[in-house]
Amino acid sequence: MKPPPFEYHSPASVDDACALLGSLEDAKVLAGGQSLVPLLNFRLARPAHIVDINRIPNLDRIYERDGGVAVQALVRDADVEDSELVAKVCPLLSAAVRLVAHRVIRNRGTVCGSLAHADPASELPAVLLALGGHVVARSTRGDRTIPAADLFTSLMQTALEQDELLVEAWFPTSPKEFAIAEESRRHGDFALAGAVRAGDRLALFGVAPTPVLADPKDPTHGLQPSGDLEATPEFRLHLVQILTEKVFAA
Amino acid sequence: MTTRWFGARVQRVEDDRLLRGQGHFTDDIAEGALESYLVRSPFAHARIKSIDVSAARALPGVVAVYVADDLPFGSADLPILIPHPNLTHGRTQRCLASEVVRYVGEAVAFVVAENRYIAEDAADLVEVDYEPLPVVITPEVSAAAQHLVHDDVPGNVAAEMLQEVGDVKAALAKAPHRKRLRLRFERGAAAPMEGRAVWARWSESEHRLTVYDSTQSPTSIRGGLAVLFGLPESNVDVIAPDVGGGFGPKIMLFYPDELLVPFAAMRLGRPVKWTEDRQEHFTATNQERGQVHEVEVGFDGDGRLLALDDDFIHDAGAYTPYGIILPIITAAQIPGPYRVPNYRVRFRDMYTNATPTSPYRGAGRPHACFVMERTLDAIAAELGLDRVEVRRRNLIQRDAFPYEVGVLWQDGNQVVYDSGDYPALVERALEMLGPRPQGDHIGMGLSPYVEGTGVGPYEGAHVQVLVSGKVVAFTGIPNQGQAHATVWAQIVADQLGLDVADVDVTSGDTRRFPWGVGTFASRAAIMAGNAMAVAAGMVAEKAKHIAADHLEADPADLELAGGTVRVKGSPDRGIPLAAVAVLANPMRYAFGGGTEAATQFAAKPRPGPPLPEGEQPGLEATGYFSPVGSAWAAGCHGAYVRVDPKTFRLEILKYVVVHDCGRLINPMVVEGQIEGGVAQGIGGAFYEHLAYDADGQLRNASFMEFLMPYATEIPTIEIDHIETPSPLNPLGIKGAGEAGVIPVGAVLAAAIEEAIGVPVIEMPLSPLKLYEQTAGR
Amino acid sequence: MKVNGVTHRAPADPRRLLSDHLRHDLGLTGTHVGCEHGVCGCCTVLLDGAPIRSCLMLAVQAEGHEVTTIEGLAAPDAPLHPVQQAFHECHGLQCGFCTPGFVLSVVGLLAEHPNPSPQQIDEGISGNLCRCTGYASIRRAVKRAAELSKQ
Repeated sequence: MKPPPFEYHSPASVDDACALLGSLEDAKVLAGGQSLVPLLNFRLARPAHIVDINRIPNLDRIYERDGGVAVQALVRDADVEDSELVAKVCPLLSAAVRLVAHRVIRNRGTVCGSLAHADPASELPAVLLALGGHVVARSTRGDRTIPAADLFTSLMQTALEQDELLVEAWFPTSPKEFAIAEESRRHGDFALAGAVRAGDRLALFGVAPTPVLADPKDPTHGLQPSGDLEATPEFRLHLVQILTEKVFAA
Repeated sequence: MTTRWFGARVQRVEDDRLLRGQGHFTDDIAEGALESYLVRSPFAHARIKSIDVSAARALPGVVAVYVADDLPFGSADLPILIPHPNLTHGRTQRCLASEVVRYVGEAVAFVVAENRYIAEDAADLVEVDYEPLPVVITPEVSAAAQHLVHDDVPGNVAAEMLQEVGDVKAALAKAPHRKRLRLRFERGAAAPMEGRAVWARWSESEHRLTVYDSTQSPTSIRGGLAVLFGLPESNVDVIAPDVGGGFGPKIMLFYPDELLVPFAAMRLGRPVKWTEDRQEHFTATNQERGQVHEVEVGFDGDGRLLALDDDFIHDAGAYTPYGIILPIITAAQIPGPYRVPNYRVRFRDMYTNATPTSPYRGAGRPHACFVMERTLDAIAAELGLDRVEVRRRNLIQRDAFPYEVGVLWQDGNQVVYDSGDYPALVERALEMLGPRPQGDHIGMGLSPYVEGTGVGPYEGAHVQVLVSGKVVAFTGIPNQGQAHATVWAQIVADQLGLDVADVDVTSGDTRRFPWGVGTFASRAAIMAGNAMAVAAGMVAEKAKHIAADHLEADPADLELAGGTVRVKGSPDRGIPLAAVAVLANPMRYAFGGGTEAATQFAAKPRPGPPLPEGEQPGLEATGYFSPVGSAWAAGCHGAYVRVDPKTFRLEILKYVVVHDCGRLINPMVVEGQIEGGVAQGIGGAFYEHLAYDADGQLRNASFMEFLMPYATEIPTIEIDHIETPSPLNPLGIKGAGEAGVIPVGAVLAAAIEEAIGVPVIEMPLSPLKLYEQTAGR
Repeated sequence: MKVNGVTHRAPADPRRLLSDHLRHDLGLTGTHVGCEHGVCGCCTVLLDGAPIRSCLMLAVQAEGHEVTTIEGLAAPDAPLHPVQQAFHECHGLQCGFCTPGFVLSVVGLLAEHPNPSPQQIDEGISGNLCRCTGYASIRRAVKRAAELSKQ
């Protein structure tokens, strides 16, 4: 379980990173590495190039803007967890990030990396979707804002182009009524199913190829979850009902 | 003796270096070793049409790539460790497969390179052309025998065995009540945190092979390597250094790497090492627990057992390197702590296209316990009786020992329970459980159990008092975290009147002690512990005889205490043990440390030759212990659990253990064994399983999907002990290593069944399984 | 990179994992490798004071950072660090393979929560797997470590 060979790049600026992503064939961005490095170690990912953005300065800020909170690409999950600003502006994000794996993983993993990785069972994409947030993608062609509703295109796929770097995610202020609930086998595991409430909006995760918005009154409508070792489609639909009740009872 | 160490909560002597990161695990050894990787079959059953390693050999940094043809022993089947007359169709794999592979993970080629990264790169370049063959997965499919795992094994049956006590047919026919049950246990994995690892060096000048192996049996590995390479055993050293958990599967003879690494080291003239990664561990290291039982029980209106008939199939996996020990243990342990006047058990050991099986902590016992306890719960339900009362009525009583069960044990002898008090265990567990917690969806489970521990044939130990007065002690049996160095130091320190800190134990190193068997079957404390007591006792006697000459006293009047040998009742009349060690070695040349006292012009206490006839120099002795039979430990676990009726999440509200392993050497260590065992049991009952698909692919071969519990899933358990000493060994001890795990499945099954009212007939459970059983109700 | 206060150069091969670099290039074999996919926690080290998985980081990424391994917690001839001492007193280790990772995770936990609640203890150690102890003794060790750290 050792990574296959790759060429390593460590750009010193976002512009350099974008230039690399624009010119290299088969490049992967390395931020926190908590999803990418296991894939490398299993040799399930074999990118020709790794673009490590960790040495880019001034890319680790959490700041308030446009009635929400912006989280830059190198902000670690643990920073968001500990952020008073996030707790004030978007307590839903504070609550959600605590459900991401374990503290040791959150010390390294990034919020933006989680969004770009787009695991359908992970919490943060669903939070972004429930809140109606967006991400900012940068390339040599310029900046582009991608609303959450357009970001997650299919299983672990996003609307980000090969040459684009996700430089920032923006989470609107949580509505007064919010909640996140999930069912996982062990503490810190990916969810079998999860539900995020932001006001009247409901986003579900772990039950479709992407996080999805659902009708709180009929949350399973149109859902066709996949089955795996720990949950059949039926069990996932059952959990969706329970979790929806739970987040709307909160 | 001034201080008694036996029975005290002595803190571990092993801890300091392990806590400082100064442990010595096999992969920690470098010494310029080449690193290696095994190319393994991705198919569960396939014919190998060709293997092309040319591209791999050409990769820069690759030193060698071996396939079966390159090995002098490449066409030999690996040995069967424990042959048995009923194992009529035993089959073992070859070191590297060249014709047919029979499980995913079977080794096909061995790559040696400058480092592991390159070795894995080269493995990617090995091209093997496979022709897939039909796959046999699950023991039921194997028993149907539509396809064969081995062409020459009819019906996929490796072994069959039938044993009967009394007349089951007649007793069943007469029984007022009868019930049939079908019970299933799935495969699980021991998953020690350290995978397996082997490091080897060949010295051409000394003609000497040195192997470090993360094994539970270095002495057996040494014997096997000596035979294979045609070397005297004295030229082969096998050392199990610190081993990062074993739990059973680290005892084999051989895993392919255990031959390939020494072979490559000899061939290449450089040290070679192989370290198993987690992905490999899931398919290439032995597993256990797959069984399906068909039970018929006859009982009277009071719930008393009249007859029990169990016909079960055991999932052997693709080969039977460990013989049929597992189903033999299950067959022997099904009656457990209960009187079963008529008992018939038949098993068939079935080949499947899955990783071979060998003991994993519990080794056949958790399944046996599950079968018996489920049966008793079924009887209680049928008659509307209290489940605990049904158990009370069937328990073997305290005046019944020694108690003969009437079936064969894993050492070839009959099962005879040596001592115990089963009713006391049950009553104490109930007392500890206390009243049922308030609330809905709460269930209670309770299960007593027995465990045959300390199987022979023997272990030995060597104890030496140094001229410094410090003691070194050696045994062949290795350690995987059970505090051997501490508990054996306690035993030796008691015998020699020393402090535990004065005794330094080395285990699992054939350079220090070449004889012995290994660590398994909860045997280390009994076997090596008693051997330590024998050897240290011999040293004490010798010390008394030498000191007697110098003190002009009768040896019978002497005692060892406070680091001296002294006259009982006159503590001032004594001689330091260090001085006795000097005197034990009459010498011409003093070498410091007070040894001038033993030179030839020093005063002599008695006439005659310096070394009396029949004596050996040095204050040291080698002792052995070989018991006539197993010591039977016992215990009772109980639990209250809550199951969420919607999510089927399990919450263990209370878990209690009453344990009887005879006399306790170190209660702290025993409790650690129990706590760890229970956690493993909970993992195996509700979180972990090995999910093979019909193609024989293991679908959860990572720690992301094989759900070993974290702290958040394991409650703190409450433990109490009772002590019924074993009459079969001088220290009166019984084994404790596996006790924690045995009844957990049975306890949780009963508790979950009661909590949500679904019948539990299989292990492990999961929220999904419970959901599926309740859906549509 | 600085490892336990000593400056080292990162390896030439960028794919070398930090865990392998520490173990096999620097000889700091107290950092153990149990799964290489970030679940077991045996390889946990401190990066600039915070616990991280060294198997999920390339060694070159540690350039310019401070890494503390288990060997750096207490000098060889110094008394054990309070967390190490607590593990010893509470029988918080058996085979010792997961132990360095646990100890460093607990160091991180106590830095954030000097008086951890039972729930904080469970969550704080829930990123590390132990197959020997069943965790009860580790829980006790964390409580004890919190006491010892204040003395």
